[in-house]
Amino acid sequence: MKQLHELTIKEVLDGYTNKDFTCVDLVSHFQKRIEKYNHKLNIYLALNENVLAEAAAIDNEIAEKGITRPLLGIPFAVKDNFLTLGIETTASSNILKGYKPQYESTVIEKIKTAGAIILGKTNMDSFAHGSSTETSDFGATLNPWNVEKLPGGSSGGSAAAIAAQLATVALGSETAGSIRQPAAWCGVTGLKPTYGRASRFGIIAMGSSLDSPGPIGRSVEDCALITEVISGKDPKDATTSPSPVEKYSENLYASDLRGIRIGIVKEYLLPDMREDVKNLILDAADKLRLLGATVDEISLMDPKYAIGVYTVIQRSEVSSNLARFDGIRFGHGRSVLCEETKRRIMLGTYTLSAGYYDAFYKKAQAVRTKIVDEFKEIFKTYDAVIGAVSPGPALSVGASKNQPMFGEMEDILVEPSSIAGLTSVGLPCGFVDSLPIGLQITANQLKEGTAIKIADCFQRHTNYQVFPDLDKTT
Amino acid sequence: MHTVTVTPEEVKKIAKLANLKLQDNEVNLFAGQFTKTIEVVNELNEIDTSKIAETYQINGLSNITRTDEVDLENVLPQKIALREAKNTHNGFFVVDRLIDSDAEELI
Repeated sequence: MKQLHELTIKEVLDGYTNKDFTCVDLVSHFQKRIEKYNHKLNIYLALNENVLAEAAAIDNEIAEKGITRPLLGIPFAVKDNFLTLGIETTASSNILKGYKPQYESTVIEKIKTAGAIILGKTNMDSFAHGSSTETSDFGATLNPWNVEKLPGGSSGGSAAAIAAQLATVALGSETAGSIRQPAAWCGVTGLKPTYGRASRFGIIAMGSSLDSPGPIGRSVEDCALITEVISGKDPKDATTSPSPVEKYSENLYASDLRGIRIGIVKEYLLPDMREDVKNLILDAADKLRLLGATVDEISLMDPKYAIGVYTVIQRSEVSSNLARFDGIRFGHGRSVLCEETKRRIMLGTYTLSAGYYDAFYKKAQAVRTKIVDEFKEIFKTYDAVIGAVSPGPALSVGASKNQPMFGEMEDILVEPSSIAGLTSVGLPCGFVDSLPIGLQITANQLKEGTAIKIADCFQRHTNYQVFPDLDKTT
Repeated sequence: MHTVTVTPEEVKKIAKLANLKLQDNEVNLFAGQFTKTIEVVNELNEIDTSKIAETYQINGLSNITRTDEVDLENVLPQKIALREAKNTHNGFFVVDRLIDSDAEELI
């Protein structure tokens, strides 16, 4: 029989219905695991002190009314850039140390309305500026598969929480890769929704034209169930899409992928990429063919240009968004900002400043149009494109130091889809050097259902949903 | 393609614009790093965008408006709004003096 930390959302809800265990049992079980492993992995920064009382209230509700809410009693790990009422929120920066949010982010409001329980807040790169968690002011998170390796980032704590089984599911946010890349390095599943599908209100802003909150979980199914809850128009975020939210779960359990057309991007099999990583992606393409999909090699712009576009847009938006951190209304003074935060703010100030705006910012936004147009053309013929999430497995602790463009280089394969605002699922597709490798399945804007169908079918017909034994790895 | 060198003087100017104080060693460090980053960014000049419009908003929405009415649900009570501030006075935030201050003239 599975242990409590090994259950998916559906299995937890079934367990409640059948009275196999209570919400208090499940939450206490996670508390014990957190107590035992968190100090070794540095995943949670703050814990919800009221969690047992909340769990007891949910047990009462279940006894009275049964399961009437989609995420009732589901324990979440939440990235520390989501404002959470009553739980300290820092975005892993000293400038917000001790900050207790005065309002709640829309996504948190939505999961709470759906019955979710927040176990705690997870470590991330400071202000989400990075792909390693090494820029966190509170120390790096370590990879549950191998503590000498990084978990990726910026949602590294949330991905590690799922790999270490210290929560049933997690929330992360992606600007370019920050859900998919840590999910890949930790061997778990992450879903980046279309830009504007889920509200950014109450999430500490990084690149406002790119930021997309989304789930990280054990399976595509769990990610689909959460995406269903967190999506939708929000009057507090003018960029949220008015399109109705689909029942993404209806795309689960497809027996095959007949009729689905997939492109495997030639340029994403980078010349300097390891052969064994390339082979895992080609094997995944073969598996999708076996499941009935058509998979053709396609060509897109060299992803190296996405690095330049992303660097300029993201730094510019960071420069503007982080101006509000002045220590007057909340938080501390700007002198406590870490080197990476200062570097990003300043490069953005430079690219937006008089005389440079046209050469850098306008140019980047024009190349962005080219990237968008290319994808539009591809999606006339194809339902999805696939490639590796990251050029290789998790890198060693320390790898990001003295690499001012570490994140951009590691996220080269996920930047184009983020720049175009697309949706994408990242899920494990094998191992090299005993470390997981991630596959991305990217679909057009608002086609979450398509990406979920392909990813879920792949996941149910492969065997890569495995978890490390922490007693051996930590 | 034009090469761009970001000088330490420019770094100091940017820091001022960005309201940041740098350590001496950071000025030279950032000057070198920004020069290298701009080199990568300048690869974009290999792409002809002369006939291409910029994309500032990616999901096609524009001019999203709301009725100009106060929604009390979206307003923080004064006590809560002030709660996280270090320095308040008679229900207001206290800010640093900007006019006639000793701070150097803004750029």
